[in-house]
Formats: sequence, C-alpha cells, structure tokens
Amino acid sequence: MSARSTILSLALRSIANRAGTALLTILTVAISVTLFLGVEKVRQGARASFENTISGVDLIVGARSSPVNLLLYSVFHIGDATNNITWDSYQGVASAPGVAWTVPVSLGDSHRGYRVVGTTPAYFEHYQYGDGRPVRFADGVPFEDLFGAVAGAEVARELGYEVGDEIIVAHGMGSVSFIEHDNNPFTLTGVLQPTGTPLDRSVFVGLEAIEAIHLDGATGAGTSLSAEALRARDLSPESITAFYVGLTSPVAALRLQRQVNTYPGEALQAVLPGVALAQLWSVVGAAERTLSAVAAFVVLVGLVSILTAILTSLNERRREMAILRALGARPHQIFVLLVAESALLALAGAVIGTGLTYGGLMIGAPLIEARFGLLLPGMVPGLYDLSIIALVTGAAAVLGLIPAWRAYRNSLADGMTVRL
Amino acid sequence: MTNASTDASTNASSALDLSGVHFAYRRGAPDVITIPRFTLARGERVFLKGASGSGKSTLLGLIAGVLQPGAGSLHVLGTALTELSAPDRDRFRAAHLGVIFQMFNLLPYLPVGANVTLPCRFSAARAMAAQAAGGIEPEARRLLSRLGLDTTDVWDRRAAELSVGQQQRVAAARALIGGPGLILADEPTSALDADSRDSFIALLKDECEASGAALLFVSHDGGLADHFDRALDLSELNTASAAKAGAHP
Repeated sequence: MSARSTILSLALRSIANRAGTALLTILTVAISVTLFLGVEKVRQGARASFENTISGVDLIVGARSSPVNLLLYSVFHIGDATNNITWDSYQGVASAPGVAWTVPVSLGDSHRGYRVVGTTPAYFEHYQYGDGRPVRFADGVPFEDLFGAVAGAEVARELGYEVGDEIIVAHGMGSVSFIEHDNNPFTLTGVLQPTGTPLDRSVFVGLEAIEAIHLDGATGAGTSLSAEALRARDLSPESITAFYVGLTSPVAALRLQRQVNTYPGEALQAVLPGVALAQLWSVVGAAERTLSAVAAFVVLVGLVSILTAILTSLNERRREMAILRALGARPHQIFVLLVAESALLALAGAVIGTGLTYGGLMIGAPLIEARFGLLLPGMVPGLYDLSIIALVTGAAAVLGLIPAWRAYRNSLADGMTVRL
Repeated sequence: MTNASTDASTNASSALDLSGVHFAYRRGAPDVITIPRFTLARGERVFLKGASGSGKSTLLGLIAGVLQPGAGSLHVLGTALTELSAPDRDRFRAAHLGVIFQMFNLLPYLPVGANVTLPCRFSAARAMAAQAAGGIEPEARRLLSRLGLDTTDVWDRRAAELSVGQQQRVAAARALIGGPGLILADEPTSALDADSRDSFIALLKDECEASGAALLFVSHDGGLADHFDRALDLSELNTASAAKAGAHP
C-alpha cells in the first residue's frame, strides 16, 4: 500500500465517479487517435503503393528530358514525351549484353479519356508492382490478334466493359475526341485485376496495331486496308515512346544506364524507377505531410478536451483535495493525482482508438484492396502504435500539469478548509 | 519524530501547547491570530467556542501544520511544528492527527470502508497502530459499530449514499483509526439535528477516552460546552485585533 498506488487508485476511483464526463473525454481522444492512425495507415499504404508503382523493371529508357518527366509519361501516363526514340536505338539497347528482356511502350492515343498503351504481350509478363506482385487477369487473356485489346480494372468498371466488347481508339487525349480511328475497332480479350497503379486506367493494345491505325496518316479515321492485308505487312514501328528494361543481374543497371545516357546515335536517357519514384514522391508527398499534420492537430484537440474536463472539475473538487490534505496527503501528491488522471484518460482513449483503428482495418482493408488495389501495411499493432499511445499519454500528462499546478496552489492556499 | 525538539517539562505531557503564537496571512497584514498561551493536556477533551471570523479555521490550520505561525512556539503532542519542514508536517499530521469537518468529510467515490481506512494508506504509523489493535479492517469495523453504524450494511456502500449523520460518524471513525493523539473537530455537529448531535458528541467523547486521544472540539454553539471537561472561548484566547474586528481572509 505505497503512497503511489494509493494515489493511482484514488485517481481511478475519482475518474469512475465522473464516469459520464470521463467516457466522453475518453471517446474524444479515442476518435482523434483513430483518425490519426487511420490517416497514417492510408498514408503509409499510399506511399508504399506509389513507390512500388513499378517494380521488377530495372531501367526505363526514353528520349532525353528529366528523369521525373520520363517517369511521369512512361509509367503514370501523365503528360507527353518530348520526343520519340527510334526503333533502331531500341533494338540497339535491347541487344546489349546483360539485358534479359525489354518491353516497348508507345503512347499517344486514348479511349474515352483513358490512355491507350501500345506494347507487346510481354508487358503483362514483366510488369510488377507492390512487393513484386505480377499483373493478373480478372478475365480473359493478353491480346494475341492484331486488333485485340486489354482493359485496366478501372476502365472496365467505369465503362462497363467485358471481354468480347468492341472499342474504338481515338487520337490524342480527352474524353471526347474528334479524331477517332473508327475504321479499326478493337476487341477486348482481357480485363486486368485492380493494382492501385496507372495500369487500372489504361487500355493496352499491340504495338503493331498502333502502327496499323496510323498507316494512312496519324489523324485519319484509321486504315482502310483489311485486317488480312494488314497482317501480311511488316508493321514494325519506326519509333516508340519508351521501353522498360530487365537485366540478367541488377548490378549491371548503373553501367547500362551510363551506356544509354551516352548512346552515340540518339539523345537517350535511362532512369532507375526506384530513384525517380522517390524523387517524384518528394514533390507529391507534401500533401501527405499536410494530412498528417491535420490528424496530429485533431489529437491535440482530443488532449485539450481532457484538460477542459479536469479543469472544470477542479472547483467542485476542492473539498476532495482538502480532505486529502487533512489526511496527510502532501501537496505534491495532489499534483500527482491530477497528472495521473489526465494520463489515465489519455491512455484509455489511445488504447481504444488503436483498437478501433485495427478493427476498422480488419473490416475495411480487404474492401480497399479489392476496389483500389491499395495494400495497407501492418495489420497487427506494432511498435509504432505503441509509441503513439505512449506519446499521447505523455502529452496528456504534460497538459495535466496545468490543472495539477492549480490544484497544488489551491491546496496550499486552502489547507484543510475550503473557502468557496 | 525523533528530531523534533521537546521542552521536556511543559510540552511532553501536553497534547497542545501554543505560546506567543502570531499569524497573519500576508507579511505586514494585521495578525488574525495572537494567542499568548493555550494548552491542552493529553487525553483532555476541550470545547472551544468560536464564532465565524474569530480565527477558528486559521487556528486549526496552525495546529494541523497546514499553516505556519509568524512567531511563537507551537507544540503538538510534544513536537515543535515550527521546526518541521512542510513535508514533515504533512507526515506528522497523517500520523498523529484526526480531523473531522462540518460536513462533506468523505470522498464521495470511495465506499465507506475505504474512507475509514484511508489514513492508514497515507501513514505507515497509523497502519501499524491499527494492525496492532487487531488489523486495519477489523479495527475500522469495530470503530464504525462503536459509533453506532451497522458495518455489514454500510461497509461497501458509497459514502455519498449515507445520511449526513451517518457520514459524520464515518468521519469520526476515520479520524480515530490508528490511534492518533489529537482529534480536531471543526463544527462536526452543526449539520445534525439535536438528538443525533448529542449522541454523536457522546460517542466521539467515549471513543477519544477509550483510545486516549485528546479532543479539541470547536463550535460556535456555546450550548454544547456542557459535554466537555473544559470550555474556552476563542475570542478571549485570541487577542489579535483583526480577529476581533471580524476580519476573515
């Protein structure tokens, strides 16, 4: 029965005595902690998902501009390439020693606002995202025929497409296009599963098909040649927008990057996707940090509600303090009593908030993953959550110093008698 | 309290010995307490008549060691309070004094039993004394039933559920547990009706006698003086002009 355990049990009893107010206070803290942890989880998930938008690709090669620019158009399909690169240069790099595979990418067309990516079926084989997760088909198979197409998950969901549907590709971007290559409709052969990457918002067709629909001029309705005639032709393109490179050994990446960057025939540039993604995140990450800051302030509001609850209770509790003083409680024990109350309320709130967060994640995470392909990290409370609980409790104890100091002053001035 | 000085002849035998005590709430303010001499023998039960504004609360604060006199000597149970540090005075109060207020004596959120045994949690000396008397809980139950409460009924009830008269008895049991040498009672009966007032005073006196505690019973109601060994009037005891003028901080 040490003095400390006495004070702690008195603090608990006193809180229990004001259960209504205490519960509301705890709830406020719990909700604020839930919001904070929830935002953190989504933030970490978004960041991890972003930084793993593309993995398994060792180098991305395009026309020389800035690494972030190349990344933006070749992976995120945002903006346009400054220049195309020639088929010869592509072949040159593809045949360099150490190169295991290459996947060409040709951009420039769209379907109802979604980018059309001209590529080869090898794209689906080599493109990985997240923790090395491969691209999977929700339905169907990669395109085999000249006018086959594969739709990303969002495209299929938003436009209600299924395998076997016919689609028209338009020149340029924009959801309403005036130049449609409507002589040459494509048939959907497959629909991808959600990945949480730009793949979801893309339509994939063969590189040769891109070449074919532009045979009669880039801005025409397409070619009037029959499919059979087209299949007989050599549809190797003269140029592509960019290509992905896989290496037999990742250690060769830097050497090959230097070779590409100093390629004599053409102004090329190779970027390491991870490095470029991190660079890009440092720009777009500002929003994420703002979100965190807002969530942190909400926690602060929760803590201030503890302060309010205790401060308003102080006057009616001067009698309680006087009794404790008469029993021999030292002023510093009164001080500790109030700090302990504040900390206990915050501790309860933070623990409940963490519980709510993980309860919510258990229910919500599979839905988020299915809908957006966003993988939320750490489904079990970890050291981070413990440190948040400790931080919230510690901060409440610090805020508790304010009512504690007032009660301490009161108890010195009141002594055993209360002059109200 | 081995380090406390004792003036062997006069103080060791007294429960209370104030000599030339002055007290003012602020430096330079007029004294609210000026007591040339006031003593209480060990085990003595004294009635002190004090109207509000007579410096009653201040005097009790001084005796309890919550306030420090500006001048004079103040011995409680042979210990010079003026020579103790503030924490030591708190410890001394926890160990040797029992205090009963006018009302709202109890922590409303604790059950009766926990309220009574609370002094034993703040003072090891009180806990040991209660242990020696047969154990903390048995001793608390004994005191409650001696004061006319049915312990099986009230022990686990929240203090706030009791009537005022019952609460005062619980407060008396709490003041008495662990055998403190001096009980300070500040208007403990003013919230009680005449019948329960008389029986409360009788029980309190009996229990103080049984445990050998001195009792300083302060009230504005001079009619209660007959119950006690000795009766004093604070307005005669306290010669401070500010107190006479009715000044109260």
